[in-house]
Amino acid sequence: MFNFSIVTEWIHNLLASFMPGWLTTTVECVLIGVGLLLVYSLLALFYIYYERKICAFIQCRLGPNRVGPMGLLQVFADMFKMLIKELITINNTDKFLFALAPYLVIIASMLSFACLPWGNGLQVINFNIGIFFLIAVSSIGVLGILLAGWSSNNKYTLIGAMRSGAQMVSYELSIGLSIITMVCLAGTMSIPGIVEAQENGWFIFTGHIPAIIAFIIYLIAGTAETNRGPFDLPEAESELTAGYHTEYSGIHFGFFYLAEYLNLFIVSGVAALLFFGGWMPFHVPGWEGFNDIMNYIPSPIWFIGKAIIISAIIIWFKWTFPRLRIDQLLTLEWKYLLPINLVNLVLMVLVVVYNLHF
Amino acid sequence: MNIQEKIAGFFPEASFEEGEILRIDIPAEKLHELAQKLRDEFGYDYLVTIVGMDWTDSLGCIYYLMNTADKSQISFKAATADREHPALDSVADLWKIAVILEREVYDFFGIIFVNNPDMRRLFLNIDWVGYPLRKDYDENPELNPVTTESERQSDETYVWKREDGKLVKHVERVFQDDDFVVNIGPQHPATHGVLRFRTALDGEIIKKIDVYMGYIHRGVEKLCENLQYPQTLHFMDRLDYFSAHNYHHGLCLCIEKAMGIEAPRRAQVIRVIMDELSRIASHCLFIGTYCMDLGATTMLFYTLRVREQILDIMERTCGARMTFNYSCIGGLMADIHPDFVKDVKELLAICPKNVAEYNKLFTGNVITKGRLEGVGVLTHDDAISYGITGPSGRASGWACDVRKTHPYSIYPELKFEQVVRTEGDSMARFKNRMDEIQQSVDIINQLIDNIPEGEYCAKVPKIIKLPEGHWFQIVEGCRGLFGVYIESKGGNQPYRLKLVTPCLNLASVVDHITRGDKIADLITIGGSLDYIVPDIDR
Amino acid sequence: MEMKKVTTKSMPYEDWKDNEYIESLVQELRDSGTNIIVGSLDTLINWGRSNSLWPLTFATSCCGIEFVSLGAARFDMARFGWEVARSSPRQADFMMVAGTIVNRMAPVFRRLYDQLAEPKYVIACGSCAISGGPFRKSYHVAKGIEDLVPVDVFVPGCPPRPEAMIYGIMQLSRKVKVEKFFGGVNRQENRKEYLAAHPVEENK
Repeated sequence: MFNFSIVTEWIHNLLASFMPGWLTTTVECVLIGVGLLLVYSLLALFYIYYERKICAFIQCRLGPNRVGPMGLLQVFADMFKMLIKELITINNTDKFLFALAPYLVIIASMLSFACLPWGNGLQVINFNIGIFFLIAVSSIGVLGILLAGWSSNNKYTLIGAMRSGAQMVSYELSIGLSIITMVCLAGTMSIPGIVEAQENGWFIFTGHIPAIIAFIIYLIAGTAETNRGPFDLPEAESELTAGYHTEYSGIHFGFFYLAEYLNLFIVSGVAALLFFGGWMPFHVPGWEGFNDIMNYIPSPIWFIGKAIIISAIIIWFKWTFPRLRIDQLLTLEWKYLLPINLVNLVLMVLVVVYNLHF
Repeated sequence: MNIQEKIAGFFPEASFEEGEILRIDIPAEKLHELAQKLRDEFGYDYLVTIVGMDWTDSLGCIYYLMNTADKSQISFKAATADREHPALDSVADLWKIAVILEREVYDFFGIIFVNNPDMRRLFLNIDWVGYPLRKDYDENPELNPVTTESERQSDETYVWKREDGKLVKHVERVFQDDDFVVNIGPQHPATHGVLRFRTALDGEIIKKIDVYMGYIHRGVEKLCENLQYPQTLHFMDRLDYFSAHNYHHGLCLCIEKAMGIEAPRRAQVIRVIMDELSRIASHCLFIGTYCMDLGATTMLFYTLRVREQILDIMERTCGARMTFNYSCIGGLMADIHPDFVKDVKELLAICPKNVAEYNKLFTGNVITKGRLEGVGVLTHDDAISYGITGPSGRASGWACDVRKTHPYSIYPELKFEQVVRTEGDSMARFKNRMDEIQQSVDIINQLIDNIPEGEYCAKVPKIIKLPEGHWFQIVEGCRGLFGVYIESKGGNQPYRLKLVTPCLNLASVVDHITRGDKIADLITIGGSLDYIVPDIDR
Repeated sequence: MEMKKVTTKSMPYEDWKDNEYIESLVQELRDSGTNIIVGSLDTLINWGRSNSLWPLTFATSCCGIEFVSLGAARFDMARFGWEVARSSPRQADFMMVAGTIVNRMAPVFRRLYDQLAEPKYVIACGSCAISGGPFRKSYHVAKGIEDLVPVDVFVPGCPPRPEAMIYGIMQLSRKVKVEKFFGGVNRQENRKEYLAAHPVEENK
């Protein structure tokens, strides 16, 4: 399998050859930042297109097909439009918080985005508690949503934000517990470590029953975490017009819009990392020839491909299920998912201790 | 001893006018007493409508009542000669729907109802000058201009009481100072149009809802008074635009009854087929939009497929997708398209399959059950008291299908079930509509092969004139009982044309059944009632 | 120099109606002149804007149902990128006035229009919105929405067929294409005058 650290090493050495050490670091930081931003925005645009097409497919429609080949340029047109839309400032609001909120949301999703294992040796942030860091930064997003709802000085946004707060704080627990379950199996919190641990089989196969339970819970909680249907109460269109971002226009709304799709990618990316081996190709122990063929497919394609397929499931949820009510939503979390999760954690510990996994 | 003699015994001052529906003429001061007698002793527990009237020398109301047990109808009339401060006693304590119906009469005629707990204007602004349905209303647009100035809001409501023989106005508050009032509508995706709910919330719990109507009040009843009878027909398309055929049918039947003619059998059969087709289309759209309200957007697209197919059939025959204007006085505007029978049969073949698909996708879903079952329960007695007809009323165990209770046209010959459930919750209302699609399919199946040959329109005079008199006709629309009251002074224009629409009742019951539920339930309950806003406002 | 033919994909220029109006806009644009960089940027931005018109979910009566049909599988406005119907006026680009506007609704309607973020457009859809339609003689109906807000495109019909609505929005998209985004000579100026002439009346 091609190791991208060769490339990064080469760039590093090249820069270091004619620059002082501090400048090299700065230039590398800028390069990585620009690269991330680019990937971030391109992926977000792709996701918008992707969701529209999937939803059109589910609803027996065609979806965007006029702007550019197969409607591919539709999202770019939307982006141009969004960039030049008027930013409405509203009287009697906290202007600073109102302007800050979308940036908080986008920064949170950007930080968690940076943690993802893009490929063999392609890892922006790598320290031994990587997955812990990911959980921590992804929780900042809820702050942005709460701020947005509060600072808009609008009853709908406030209800939306409060719902969102209740929802995200609750479902964070499930996400955390199902991640811990998998960390148990992997024996490490380092993101590359988790990927390496799946070399001889993805956790969803090796961890069998507890891993599958953890995956299902993670998928449900992840859907809730991204505020997507059937858990899209904070922006429930039929109840709260547009939820917490009702008062936002132009690119500020665009940030919420992009972050929503990117969070979808992040949630599916983490699912891919924990259950489907991150960038690790599909390996079957013993089948050397097959494994070699799989290794020919570059690792970023593996990772992004897995994430996109998992996202398709989450998008499928959204266009199939009706929305829950807030009390049902919290009941689901506190009365069902959380106890199941705790039992599952114990089960996983037993599996690991008695070496029952493959 | 028949009812007329009994009432004459109680009220010697009453006079009677016999007809299809007995009309009792009662002095204004005995109005409440008579209403109470009729409800308590004669079992007239359903107030169909209150028709406000301006006879130029006097103002008054005609009350239409129905006995839900033996289906008999009766009406009584009370008038007052005072045009400055006309006042009648309220019957709001007997029938809950009367609160809204009396507000409507007050809005249009300025008749004050004494002891009505909420005597505000209903459709028009607080500052509206004049009472538009009075014959001496000044239509000068300068008095009531279209402005961009925000409407004056007031939390005050009024109760008029008789104290020492004088009318006294008491001011009360709709909401208290510490209520957290959220304004839902008029521009809100959940209200299905421009209806406005002022909702007092306690957290997510609804404390009270004040329904504001009139954001699409177009004054159809007044417009009709200046139009000839065939011209009034086209408004029926634009009230409840899903029941366009049914409403047309109702008005045509009423005018035909007045003229003493009957449509040819071919026309009657086609009318019934069209009614049932629009019922299928309407219920399909209901299912779709309802699921969309709940967040399951995809259902809308599946149900609209069937609707589009029906619209195609309609378009081929009637020439339009929505405003058909197909039934006319004496029959139909045009004959059916040659492919009509074939197209309808294709539709009938796929309909049951589609309903099964909807059930599979939505009805059995655990989230759907959690959202709908036991939510927004409307009891049988409340349904009658509020006059909730149609599939929503039948979900509360009230068998109120006009096609069965007061059969018209060729419905008596047809075999179909009246779908009744007793749960009274949102789920029952939803399932009722699912089942009614099947019943409509059965009805069309009985008719589609037996469309008789012959004329599609009876011979009617070029200028349609009605003799002096009054007529009342009820039919079953897609959302409930639709009634037409016509009063004629002779001539080719109605003196008064009152439309009894089911959606006004449906909207007025929202406050009653949502109290104590979550705000998210307002959407499921309001959606399950399936009101059409132009039908409320007319 | 030949007049630039403004059209959209797979729609021949000759098939459009009201080409003269668009041509007059193009002429106006050309007469005012602009430099090449701003001009190209304008073209790019207008390409984006004209292809991404998000409607406000706003419907009062029958026409609104045809608007629903427009979104459904048969007519599928998603093909053109119009399916992102926003419920919040802050995020929508144009308002399809589908249905009658009555006296009571007029202030609400005007407020909705004011809440739309610039650049914003209005399509008067159906005869009620255009003139009051069959209800024109009523005591409680606005005789056309042009007295309340500036209108860009009129779509006649009662209700207009979804095809007509598609055509109407395509006309709007064409109109957006010939606008000058920087400086805003043609449309925005007119609107300023219009709004100055039709101020929102203050509450007494």
